[in-house]
Amino acid sequence: MTTVQYLDIQKLTCIRGQRVLFRDLSFRVDGGQVLSLEGPNGAGKTSLLRVLAGLLPAAGGTVALVSGRGAETDADERGRRVAWLGHNDAAKPQLTPREVLMFFARLYGTRADIDAVLASVGLAKIANLACGYLSAGQKKRLALARLKVAERPVWLLDEPLSSLDADGRKRALDLVNGHVMFGGIVIAATHEPLGVASERLTLGAAA
Amino acid sequence: MIGALLFRDIRLATRAGGSAALALAFFAAVATLVPLGVGVDLKLLMRVAAGVLWVAAVLAALLSLDRLFQADFEDGSLDVIALSPLSLETVAAVKIAAHWLTTGLPLTLLSPLLGVMFGLPPEAVGVLTLSLATGTPAVSAMGAIGAALTMSIRRGGLILPLLVLPLLAPAVIFGAGAVQAALDGLSSGALLFLAAFAVVATLLSPFAAGAAVRLNLAG
Amino acid sequence: MFAFANPKRFMDASSAFLPWLVAVTVLSLGAGVVLGFLTPPDYQQGETVKLMFLHVPAAWTAMMAYGLLALTSLFSLVWRHPLSDVAAKTAAPLGAVFTVLGLITGSLWGRPMWGAYWVWDARLTSFLLLLFIYLGYIALWNAIEDEVRAARAAAILALLGAVNLPVIEFSVDWWNTLHQGESIFRAGGPRISAVFLWPLALSGIGYTLLFFTLWTVRIRTEILERRARSILLSGAA
Repeated sequence: MTTVQYLDIQKLTCIRGQRVLFRDLSFRVDGGQVLSLEGPNGAGKTSLLRVLAGLLPAAGGTVALVSGRGAETDADERGRRVAWLGHNDAAKPQLTPREVLMFFARLYGTRADIDAVLASVGLAKIANLACGYLSAGQKKRLALARLKVAERPVWLLDEPLSSLDADGRKRALDLVNGHVMFGGIVIAATHEPLGVASERLTLGAAA
Repeated sequence: MIGALLFRDIRLATRAGGSAALALAFFAAVATLVPLGVGVDLKLLMRVAAGVLWVAAVLAALLSLDRLFQADFEDGSLDVIALSPLSLETVAAVKIAAHWLTTGLPLTLLSPLLGVMFGLPPEAVGVLTLSLATGTPAVSAMGAIGAALTMSIRRGGLILPLLVLPLLAPAVIFGAGAVQAALDGLSSGALLFLAAFAVVATLLSPFAAGAAVRLNLAG
Repeated sequence: MFAFANPKRFMDASSAFLPWLVAVTVLSLGAGVVLGFLTPPDYQQGETVKLMFLHVPAAWTAMMAYGLLALTSLFSLVWRHPLSDVAAKTAAPLGAVFTVLGLITGSLWGRPMWGAYWVWDARLTSFLLLLFIYLGYIALWNAIEDEVRAARAAAILALLGAVNLPVIEFSVDWWNTLHQGESIFRAGGPRISAVFLWPLALSGIGYTLLFFTLWTVRIRTEILERRARSILLSGAA
């Protein structure tokens, strides 16, 4: 996993339909830092995360991923450095948690220790049970495990704590802390305090 | 990386409740229904066999196509796949290949049996099988574009055939036409035309489908 | 094309030229139809030959409309311009209507010759497929709620159709010779004697202008609708 020094966002503008979600947004996230995105529903938290991941083109502004190799501004290239946790958990009902993680590890070309990762999110016992039988919280744990398997420097998380129980939250925070401890970047959209030391960015409801 | 996606899609299609077996059963069921509708005049059945089997094969393939991207789009897998080292064009090409391997190929392999049941002579059965082997990749490829365009639409499965069927007319015409010409003892360029159509469709569609995936992910 | 690329400028320009366009359309269409009905009956087809003045221009306009649909779709994909989105969106239903008109007049024209309204004539079968392509395009537009996304998706489909139409045409012709159909719609239509040429050209121009008139009106309506919607939306926020 290549390290990233910082993520530099300059004058980012996002327009959905005919609504301006945010305009000329500038901020910077350093390696080893957690940024929590806050704001009411519809403020554009998910859209900002999608723009950062390169999934959604911005209407204006730049996102630069700065590392020892220079600044990377291309959206597709940025996507290759990002691990994504969205609203939906990408858990195929026909596949088992182990199969899902094996698939993503091979797709991303990483050699993660699947069993260790499954144990770290508390899914070791049901690793071979089809995901269709998993609860919402268990699927969220699987999604968290996927972040670890991706071995990417920047984690973009949309509501990472939703539907998790107390044990699940603790494990999620352990994962986040572990990631930033080694210089990773975590940007998480949340409704509730993340529970780790973090910078905050509040998106207001667009005018 | 390509292999991971290919094997996962094949595994999803062939696991219990997957689309591969359903498409095959649909194909056989439609083919069975036709003699029940038109009667058992073997001469007549022989004349309509190629057309019926080609139309049934196209419909069976389309049946499983609507979920090609939609399933991954709805459960969030497509976002994660889009951020993989593979380009969206490659992702589309791999998914088309997986669809053909789990739908087009089995349909082709089943077709000689149905051809015989419709009273086709051996040479015509051979041409039918060859035409399906040549043409079904075009069905998967064209259909994938429609599937990518409609993946964010809740009832995309209803719109998909309307988008794709007219575009597949050349495949049905040349595919069934090749068999018809063989029955009449004519030599025709139908198989060559079909092959040309399939090659162009297969080469172009990953780009069109990739572009359609990209715009739907931005949605 | 670029001069009109701005919706505001298009509204200004079109309100100036629209009355003239309507006038020229009425004149040429009227002249074409009247002259068409004054032509002598054909020695083979009799009076039904006069359907030609309704059919051939409708068929031509339907194809031209698809060409324009593909062109504006290309503009909207490459230059991402809202006006070309609107132009493509509004061209499709018009094209579909002219296609239906071509199909109906064609089958009426063919009836006395074939002894049936529909004999899977190659030209008409191609047009039926064209109609389905139009309908698919319209359905896709209507099914996607987000306007920008709908425009892009529909544009991809329109271009795909444009690439495919010649292939469809070719395959249908091939199919028709395989099944030995007979066509009065030979390449370039039936041999045209000079008497028919002028009225045909006039009604061809009339249909073309009619399309452009209706297109302009529909584009204007769509622009106004979008403005109204954005006023309502900004008022609500």
